[in-house]
Amino acid sequence: MITRRDLIKNTVAGIAGLSLPLVSVKIINAAETLFPDRFEKPSVLWGFVVDTYKCVGCGLCVKACKNENEIPYNIPLSRTWVERYLILKDGRVLIDSPDAGRDGYTNQKVRDTVVSPENIAKAFFVPKLCNQCENPPCVQVCPVGATYKTTDGVILIDRKWCIGCGYCIQSCPYGVRFFHPVYKVAEKCTFCYHRITKGMKTACVEACPFGARQIGNLRDRNDPVAKIVLSERVAVLKDAFGTKPQVYYIGLDENVR
Amino acid sequence: MKNYALRPLYVIIGLVIVVLIIREVYVPKDFGVHGESYMYGWHRKGNEEEWKAFKVKYKFDNEYCKDCHSDKYDSIMQSPHAIIKCENCHGPAFDHPTDPTKLTIDRSRGLCIRCHSSLPYPQSSRANIRGIDPDKHNSEIECSVCHNPHKPSLEGMK
Ligand code: HEC
Ligand code: HEC
Ligand code: HEC
Ligand code: HEC
Repeated sequence: MITRRDLIKNTVAGIAGLSLPLVSVKIINAAETLFPDRFEKPSVLWGFVVDTYKCVGCGLCVKACKNENEIPYNIPLSRTWVERYLILKDGRVLIDSPDAGRDGYTNQKVRDTVVSPENIAKAFFVPKLCNQCENPPCVQVCPVGATYKTTDGVILIDRKWCIGCGYCIQSCPYGVRFFHPVYKVAEKCTFCYHRITKGMKTACVEACPFGARQIGNLRDRNDPVAKIVLSERVAVLKDAFGTKPQVYYIGLDENVR
Repeated sequence: MKNYALRPLYVIIGLVIVVLIIREVYVPKDFGVHGESYMYGWHRKGNEEEWKAFKVKYKFDNEYCKDCHSDKYDSIMQSPHAIIKCENCHGPAFDHPTDPTKLTIDRSRGLCIRCHSSLPYPQSSRANIRGIDPDKHNSEIECSVCHNPHKPSLEGMK
């Protein structure tokens, strides 16, 4: 026979007992979890500007990136690359990036197509690299917590923790991730995290003789890069995906994806 | 009878405890969100330090070369090639002259035609660089036999 007193006692004890394991994991602040942006913002957010008008397709950025970041030089994989776009008067669009653009563009042929200069409506080069998205799909799909966003807005990969499943490589809409042939883990541009955190610029930015690439702090209104993003006409790649890239392009053409 | 009913529960509790113990031992202590959101920030804090400690290879500072190679520095800085950092042509030099003691000297035509191969693209600033047709402009001979990369003006030709 259960008395009323017993019932109340047992109920309280039971609920307290059941909620104990939750407390031992972590006390979660609901507001902070749902709206992390409203809580104090870190003072640095790395952003990048690419001026496609200035790029001449020399590929020195790709060369420097591969050497700086120990990406095997003679495979066609790279953290950054340069694409060539030829929009022809007959409506065709030719795109190529031989060896990621490492040796520059030295030939008028695109793949094996010979193009006569009179048929070119527009032709230009577009450097590409990781967009360090505010909403990175590659991070969401990682099953082990091996890839993440730092508070200063850079997406990194934990080489010790990555199991090489390749989900993130598939999920990146910009195709910036690849499999590192030596470490056998996912690999991508880190905005040269080892350089920017020491006050240097990324290898590709420094290597570019023409100023086509710039990196800076988007949270500092006096930073040249932040000024460009705030006051000039810039665009991001695949805006409709909602990934919110932090790499902004000047002179982006609709044919560039 | 009540014993039988509770047995599966004991098994589940046991499993949960085992998983929690394994997790405690296996997952590094510095796993957490560390100021980021739960959606994108779950990571091992130590990995940030590992990336920060990655070795820097390029100095990308022509001033650094000035004292020891003043002749090259002085001439290139007065030429249109001043915009090209020395290390773009000579390779990473962070610890040079200690390691490597000498830098590479790349005399290949490939180094020059990445900018100077003529391409008919008026919309890109490639059009502002004087171009040559690599197949016709003294092919087979290295550019530096005739041109001085540190003083490219045609008056400065060898
Ligand atoms: C502290 C002095 C010093 C600095 C600074 C320095 N070098 Fe050197 N460099 C040397 C010495 C010494 C040698 C070896 C010369 C030799 O053995 O003929 C050398 C060799 C070279 C060579 C090969 C020359 C040859 O004939 O084989 C190149 C190229 C070179 N340096 C480029 C650079 C560049 C580019 C920088 C700047 C990033 C630089 N050096 C900074 C001292 C220096
Ligand atoms: C456009 C590419 C390019 C740039 C930029 C460049 N060099 Fe060179 N450098 C060369 C080439 C090519 C040679 C080989 C020249 C030759 O064979 O006469 C060379 C040779 C040298 C040598 C050896 C020359 C000798 O006669 O022993 C030194 C030292 C050197 N460069 C230093 C520098 C320094 C310092 C800078 C930056 C201030 C620099 N270079 C910038 C392409 C470049
Ligand atoms: C046999 C010597 C020789 C070699 C090798 C050589 N050039 Fe020249 N180059 C010349 C002479 C002479 C001129 C000036 C007359 C002319 O325009 O043809 C010149 C002119 C140029 C010009 C200026 C063109 C203009 O329109 O004003 C460029 C750029 C150039 N060369 C780049 C190169 C490059 C890049 C290479 C290597 C791929 C190279 N040269 C190899 C002799 C040479
Ligand atoms: C990063 C791109 C780049 C590379 C690599 C490069 N140049 Fe140049 N070069 C330029 C630019 C920019 C100019 C100035 C614009 C012009 O006059 O065409 C120039 C000018 C020249 C000129 C004409 C100078 C004049 O005043 O008449 C010659 C010749 C030349 N370079 C030769 C070379 C040679 C030889 C090499 C390889 C060692 C080389 N360049 C590598 C970008 C480059």
